Amino acid sequence: MSAFNPSEITIMIVDDEPSVRESLAAWFEDDGYVILTAQNAAEALQHMQNHTVDIILLDIKMPGMDGLALQDRIREFNTEVIIIIITAFATVDTAVRALKAGAFDYTTKPVDPDELSHLVRNAVEKIRLQRENRALRDSIDQLQFVDDIIGESAEMQKVLEMVRNVAPTDSSALILGESGTGKELIARAIHMNSRRRYFPLIPVNCGAIPESLLESELFGHEKGAFTGAQYRRKGKFEMSQGGTIFLDEIGTLSLKSQVDLLRVLEDREFHRIGGERTVKVDFRLICATNVNLEDEVKAGRFREDLYYRINVFTITIPPLRERRPDIPLLARYFVERHATAMTKVEPEISTEAMDVLLTHDWPGNVRELENALERAVVINKGDVIKPEDLPVQVGRETAGPRSSSLAEVEKDHIRHMLSDNNWNISRTAEQLGIDRVTLYNKIEKYGLKRPA
Amino acid sequence: MRDISIIPLGAHPRDVLLIELKHGIERVLPVECTIHEIPLDIETAFDSSRRQYHSTLILAHLLQQTDLTAGRLLGITPFDLFVPVLTFVFGQAQVNNRTAVFSTFRLHNEFYGLPQSQEILAMRTLKEAVHELGHTYGLRHCQGRPCVMNSSTYVEDIDLKPPDFCLPCRTHLQSVL
Ligand SMILES: [Zn+2]
Ligand SMILES: [Zn+2]
Repeated sequence: MSAFNPSEITIMIVDDEPSVRESLAAWFEDDGYVILTAQNAAEALQHMQNHTVDIILLDIKMPGMDGLALQDRIREFNTEVIIIIITAFATVDTAVRALKAGAFDYTTKPVDPDELSHLVRNAVEKIRLQRENRALRDSIDQLQFVDDIIGESAEMQKVLEMVRNVAPTDSSALILGESGTGKELIARAIHMNSRRRYFPLIPVNCGAIPESLLESELFGHEKGAFTGAQYRRKGKFEMSQGGTIFLDEIGTLSLKSQVDLLRVLEDREFHRIGGERTVKVDFRLICATNVNLEDEVKAGRFREDLYYRINVFTITIPPLRERRPDIPLLARYFVERHATAMTKVEPEISTEAMDVLLTHDWPGNVRELENALERAVVINKGDVIKPEDLPVQVGRETAGPRSSSLAEVEKDHIRHMLSDNNWNISRTAEQLGIDRVTLYNKIEKYGLKRPA
Repeated sequence: MRDISIIPLGAHPRDVLLIELKHGIERVLPVECTIHEIPLDIETAFDSSRRQYHSTLILAHLLQQTDLTAGRLLGITPFDLFVPVLTFVFGQAQVNNRTAVFSTFRLHNEFYGLPQSQEILAMRTLKEAVHELGHTYGLRHCQGRPCVMNSSTYVEDIDLKPPDFCLPCRTHLQSVL
C-alpha cells in the first residue's frame, strides 16, 4: 500500500467560464493535484487522448456539446474516470440523468469548500481502491506515517505490532497510557494505516471541554438552537465523516454524555442540537484514557455497556520509565528536531547529561522529555548539552536515596515545578508535559496547596 | 524575500490583532514584518449580488500598488471573500509569488454563535496568515501530520492544526528563505 500523494491524481476541469476554471484549478493545485483545464467538449476529449485523467469536474451548460452529452461520449471509451457534475442550476431531472449515465456525484455552484473537498476525497478513495485492487498487496505490513513514534525497545515494538494488527480492521480501539506517553500519536498511526486515512482524524480532548459545551462540540447545532447560535455549526462527529474520531480522556465524560455517545455508537446517526434532520455518520472510534476504566465501571462512574463497546482492542503504551533504553534515541531525535526548527547547530548531549536523562523518572513521560530538551536547545551555550542546561528539577529527586515511592517523587516534582513557576498552572502543565486538567487532578490528589 | 508587509484592507481596526499578528508571524518564520497602511481601493472586487469580495481581484490589486515593490504582501480584511465557484474562501495566495490575502470574517467565534474570544481570534488569524504565506513560499497543502499547511475548509479545521510547520515543510522553507 503506497502512501497517498495528490500528485499521482489528475483532475480535469471542464467549464466554459474562465474564472471558474482558474479558481478551481488554483484551489486544487494548492492540494498538489495535477490539473488540466478545458473550455469545451472538444478540448476535453483532446486531453483524454493525451493524458490519463482520474477525475473530471464537469459543467453541464456549455456552448456546443453540453456536459451530459460529453459524459456519454467519454463513457463510450472510458468507464473508469470519475465524473463529478458541477452545475449552476441543478434540476432533479438533469441530476438523475447524469447519475444514471454514470456520474459519480453532482453539486451546484457556488459549492461549499467543505463539500467540494469531500466529493473529491471520496473520488480519490475510490481511485485508490481501484489501483490497490490492480496492484499486488505485498507490502501491507509496512507501517506508514510512524516516523514520529520513536522506540526500539521491546515494549514499543509490541505497541507498533498492535497498531499494525488493529489498523486495517476498522474496529474500535482503546489506548491506555499515562499523560504524555503519546496516545494521540498512536491514534494517528492507526488512522494513517487504515483505509480511512484520506478522511479526517478528529481529536477531541473530552477533559478539556466544559460539560455545558460538550454536546454542541460533539454533535453541532442548528442556527437558533440556543441564544447566540446564529449559524449552523458542525460537530466533531460530523467532521469525522469517513474518517476517525479520537476521544481522549474518555474517562472524564459525565454519565449523561456517556449515554449520548453510546447512542451514536449504536445508531451511527444523531441530530444536531435544535435540529430535526437525522445526520448519518460513518466513522471509526478510537478512545484513550489514563484512568483505570474498570475501576470507574465498578464505582458506577462509567457505563459498563459503553466500556465494552469502546474496549474492543486495547493498546497499552508503557510509561517512559519502563522503556528507558529508548531515552537516548528519543533525546537525540528531539534535539535534532528543535535545533532544526530554531535553525541552530544541533548540539551533542554530554554523557553526564544523558545520565541525568536516563535516571530521571519522567512523570510527564515523552512530552516532559521533549520539553526539557527543547529548553536545553534554547539555553545551551556552545555545542554540547550539559546537565546544567536541563531543567534543575530533572535529577533532583534521583540525587537522594532512591527509597521514596514513585508517588512521592511525583508529588515532590510537581510541587517544585509549581513553586518555580509561581503556581502558574498553564506554564507548569506545559513544562511537565501534561494538560491542565491532569495537573489540577494531581494537585488535588496530592493535596498540594499554594503557599499563602 | 524575507520582508513581509501586512496590509489592512477595508475598515480594519489598527488594533492589537495586527500587532499580535506581526509578532506571531515573526515567531514562526525567519522574516521581518511591517504593518503598512496604504490606501488601496478594493471596492471593484466587491460583488454586489453575493455581498462578498472576489479574492483573486484583491490579489491583482495588491500586485499593482507601487509603494511596496519588494517582499511579500499579505492583505488582511474583515470582509468575506470568495472565488467564483466556491461559497467562500478563508484566504487566497499566489503559490511561489508575492501576494496573499485572507479574511477574519469567518474567524470570529461570534460568527458561529459562540462567545467572543480575542485569544481564539488571534490564534486563527495567525494560522491563516502563516498558511497563506506558506503558499507564497511554494508550499502546497500538507497531509498526514499536524502542520499549519493542513488544508482547512471549516473553522474547526483551523483550530485543529498547529500554528507552525511540520518538519518536512519547515525544511522546504529553510531552502527558500
Ligand atoms: Zn491553503
Ligand atoms: Zn507540513
